[in-house]
Amino acid sequence: MNLSALREKLVAVARSNPPGDKVPYSFEKRVMANLASLPRVDEWAWWGRALWRAAAVCAGVTLLLSAWCFIALPGHAAADSAVNLEDTVFSSVNGADLTW
Amino acid sequence: MEPTDAELIAAVLGGDTASFEPLVKKYSPRLFSTARRYARRESEVEDIVQEVWTKAFQKLSSFRGEAPFEHWLMRMTVRTCYDFLRSHQRNRELSFSELTEAETAWLERFVANPAQANEDAAAARELVQRLLDQLSPSARLVINLLEIEEWSVKEIAQLTGWSVSLVKVRAFRARAEMRKCLAKITTGKYL
Repeated sequence: MNLSALREKLVAVARSNPPGDKVPYSFEKRVMANLASLPRVDEWAWWGRALWRAAAVCAGVTLLLSAWCFIALPGHAAADSAVNLEDTVFSSVNGADLTW
Repeated sequence: MEPTDAELIAAVLGGDTASFEPLVKKYSPRLFSTARRYARRESEVEDIVQEVWTKAFQKLSSFRGEAPFEHWLMRMTVRTCYDFLRSHQRNRELSFSELTEAETAWLERFVANPAQANEDAAAARELVQRLLDQLSPSARLVINLLEIEEWSVKEIAQLTGWSVSLVKVRAFRARAEMRKCLAKITTGKYL
């Protein structure tokens, strides 16, 4: 059998028999009723949800980093880290000329 | 004088939801006709069209009015139909060997004399449906749009959101898939 010819014939069948465009009775009324029952999109609620999720993720990351600091860094290294952090935070103040 | 689409859309965006109803009434036949190409059960067709209208209402503010409203709506319809095909992929019939008597008779008529096989025959229509049911969602979409509805590759790219080259690749694969399905039907019967 010539499969190409069969394919063309079947495509021609589909072309010559387009599906109907009949719309069920009072379909537009149903659509409008459905639209009326849709919850209103509240952008503030969306932002609120997103921020709460972000807060949860941030808290998780903080906990993980804290745990990592305690487990991975030995005691003196942790102390060094604290000194380093303090030096970094106050570097601008330490280096500033006291003019008053 | 009836209000134009642009006037109705402006009214809906201004808060007059009732102005959406004439749009639903005007374009639903086109949407039903398109959805019936992808879903067989009438309840599924209604669900698809309902979903399209819900999306259209919710995204109406994104309609810029550069193209006709119908084109915007058709893009949404084609994409919703594609989503439907993808979500119902598992429901496709897997065996295609059990042809009905009428379908076998139509195929026999076609083998004997292709010109004599009637295009209007119900068996032929059923055979086409069964063949389309066998295709993957993207293949079915491309075959429907390119071969049956005769849209151009560029138009299909706009409707689906795919690139022109992706449409061409998918069309090539879809034709190969269709050939494979046809070979599966006819193997053992006519080959």
